[in-house]
Amino acid sequence: MSFMNWIDKRIPFSNTMKLHVTEYPAPKNFNFWYLMGSLAIVVLVNQIVTGIWLTMNYNPSAEGAFASIEYIMRDVEYGWLLRYMHSTGASAFFVVIYLHMFRGMMYGSYQKPRELLWIFGMLIFLVLMAEAFMGYLLPWGQMSYWGAQVIISLFSAIPVVGDELTTWIRGDYVISGATLNRFFALHVIALPLVIVILVFLHLIALHEVGSNNPEGVDNKKPKGTVKPEDQAQFKFHPRYTDKYDIVDAIPFHPYYTVKDIVGLVVFLILCSLVIFYAPTMGGFFLEPPNFEAADPMRTPEHIAPVWYFTPFYAILRAVPDKLLGVVAMGGAIVMLALLPWLDRSKARSIRYRSTLHKVNLTQFAISFVILGYLGAMPATDLYTLMARICTVLYFGFFIFLFLYSKNEKIKPLPERLLK
Amino acid sequence: MMKRFLIALAFLLPAAVMAAPYSGPLDKADIDQSDKASLQRGAQIYMNFCLACHSMQYQRYSRTFDDLGIPADLGEEFLQFTGTPGSHKFSAIDREASAEWFGLAPPDLTMVARVRGADWLYTYFRSFYEDDSRPFGVNNEVFENVGMPHVLQELQGIPRKTYERRMVDGEMREVYVGIKSDGSGSLSEDEFDQAMLDLTNFLVYTGEPMILERQRMGMFVIGFLLVLLILSILLKKEYWRDVK
Amino acid sequence: MSNAPVDKGRRRFLTVATAVVGGVGAVGAAVPFIASWNPSAKARIAGAAVEMKIDKIDPGQLVRAEWRGSPVWVIRRTQAMLDSLPLVEGNLRDPESNEPQQPEYAKNQHRSIDPEWFVAVGICTHLGCSPQFIQRDFVDMEGVDSGFFCPCHGSRFDIAGRVFSGVPAPTNLVIPPHYFVDDATILIGEEEGAA
Repeated sequence: MSFMNWIDKRIPFSNTMKLHVTEYPAPKNFNFWYLMGSLAIVVLVNQIVTGIWLTMNYNPSAEGAFASIEYIMRDVEYGWLLRYMHSTGASAFFVVIYLHMFRGMMYGSYQKPRELLWIFGMLIFLVLMAEAFMGYLLPWGQMSYWGAQVIISLFSAIPVVGDELTTWIRGDYVISGATLNRFFALHVIALPLVIVILVFLHLIALHEVGSNNPEGVDNKKPKGTVKPEDQAQFKFHPRYTDKYDIVDAIPFHPYYTVKDIVGLVVFLILCSLVIFYAPTMGGFFLEPPNFEAADPMRTPEHIAPVWYFTPFYAILRAVPDKLLGVVAMGGAIVMLALLPWLDRSKARSIRYRSTLHKVNLTQFAISFVILGYLGAMPATDLYTLMARICTVLYFGFFIFLFLYSKNEKIKPLPERLLK
Repeated sequence: MMKRFLIALAFLLPAAVMAAPYSGPLDKADIDQSDKASLQRGAQIYMNFCLACHSMQYQRYSRTFDDLGIPADLGEEFLQFTGTPGSHKFSAIDREASAEWFGLAPPDLTMVARVRGADWLYTYFRSFYEDDSRPFGVNNEVFENVGMPHVLQELQGIPRKTYERRMVDGEMREVYVGIKSDGSGSLSEDEFDQAMLDLTNFLVYTGEPMILERQRMGMFVIGFLLVLLILSILLKKEYWRDVK
Repeated sequence: MSNAPVDKGRRRFLTVATAVVGGVGAVGAAVPFIASWNPSAKARIAGAAVEMKIDKIDPGQLVRAEWRGSPVWVIRRTQAMLDSLPLVEGNLRDPESNEPQQPEYAKNQHRSIDPEWFVAVGICTHLGCSPQFIQRDFVDMEGVDSGFFCPCHGSRFDIAGRVFSGVPAPTNLVIPPHYFVDDATILIGEEEGAA
């Protein structure tokens, strides 16, 4: 390995691999939910690579954008596959991210000391939404156009500067080629760069504090408090073992790499089913009106954002005031970011928390899904009423949590994983 | 539409003042993308009856001929009325003039099946009916106040909303029994339905000409992934024997 | 930690098998990305054969056609030009046209189907400039007045597109597939009989 020696004298390659991969202690009790982080990285890579390839034939102009997408779909060899990989990947990204976030909520992964890790995650989520929104304008179909029109008009709710701000964002009085060009620039380079940097920080923060797990137990114990035969019998990097006694952990590689590969292959099969057999996913991944070129003179009969925005869109519509609606939508995301401070419970994992909390989290998840459904539907009286109830329940989750978590009755917390 | 959009923007309930999109039942279009004969017949109807006004500007003649198994010389002779074989299918009429005649330039139909769905198209084609109050003398059950004439009248005949006297709850009543042709067309009812199915099939094809290729490729990809899945499960089990 | 002994052979076999199959998958996944760089349907249609009318071309005249974005020369050679072909052969690198720079039917002294009509891609085989058609004092040789001279790096070709020795261009000019549709029409970019 003299070649590796040569490298290691110049950059700390082997040490970094050991520190973060082969000798990184990961709790041995990860379940299905812990797959999502790895999948998110795979999807991110897919989006970047297929995205680069799409830009090779895409034409970012109001005159040429729509036709260039059809050029990719019809004239470029395998262009349709690259495009479906990208469009399916966008939805898959949000599926994975929502599951990843819900995992964090179930097992209290945002609690001390993982607050910053959670905040980085929320920032990724925010930038990802902006990235997806801008990407959706690029095909320049009817839904691209009118969806962007509606979402950008949200900024006009801001008092005093709203109208000027909206015009400034669009660079025109309506969505136009100018908007398309700036969104293209942000979508293909600026925001992906931000996402990659945030993902890097997210991972650094994760490896600094270590992963949480479904039991919510710490697997780094103070040095000298655990008998050697009770410690994890694997070789870990001295960076961890110098300060701690490691328990109930296994090296990330090979154990979680081989486990994640299984999950990854299942995930790829599911994605392939969509890409090859239902690329529009019944109108949820690619909406039917978007197969019509943008027409600033004619709004489609029903505008709905893509499914991953619909829960927040439903909250927006549920509030019968323009400004407050926007505030509520923003608040829905801010609340999530504040979770580490709203939840004052001593227990992390839902397994050790009160029935009240289990009910509360369950109603939150159900409300979120219902909101997602309602946001995709036209607003009728009944649906608006339902959306209002679910909006109250959504925010109620955080308020209740804040109130009951401090003195919550929890089950006795384990020191170690039970055999 | 604009009004509705603005109302939605103001986060009020959309008023029910605008004509709602058709939400009634649609007939199932039982199409088969691998049926080349059906696609060829559909292409022929499109080229003869639709292309004059409705362009198909994202689809090339040559690709259509290749995919549908039409020899290039026959295609050029019988199906292609404009452009070179490699060119896109543009309509013959002038867009601005047609916008004046119809109130709106006839839309491009390359991807209409992706916008409307096959069932909608199949039902729409068969839902024209005589209505003297309309400028072109026809209306459509699926597309209210449609702005085009019934160009397939020579095939279907004059379609009329038909009522029959029937016993309902012990009373004789006029009952609506659907749209029936007066029989003056060159096709029988069944033949016309089949022709519209062929046309729908063709439009589904032009919406996504790689549909068969993608389904075929999907089998290989998923088959391969299943093999990889088995191996990766075995590998995972082998390593995880270490973990107790 | 397991007490059961690790079956190293099985473990290695599964690792290698998964890696190999996974590697095949990675190569397969690269195919669409690589293939998408091929000329698209649009480019291929733009690169289709071009037809050219030749009944109005005078002897000694060069007419350019565009085929696949490159200039294609069509020259109606005079008898004097044809007579110069044997004279220069001593100075040529590949007088017999042994390099496959032409279709089989143009592998002859005049490098064409009909000696009178010369068809060639007007791109120097050195670095892609388009040579000039010289009709006077081409080289210092009795009876040789015309040929092609590339201004970029000084390569010279005779009036059949054969490269001179001692110039940077390595091979003769490329003769594209072509055929005479009738007496007045030539089709460039397609073999006779190809659909």
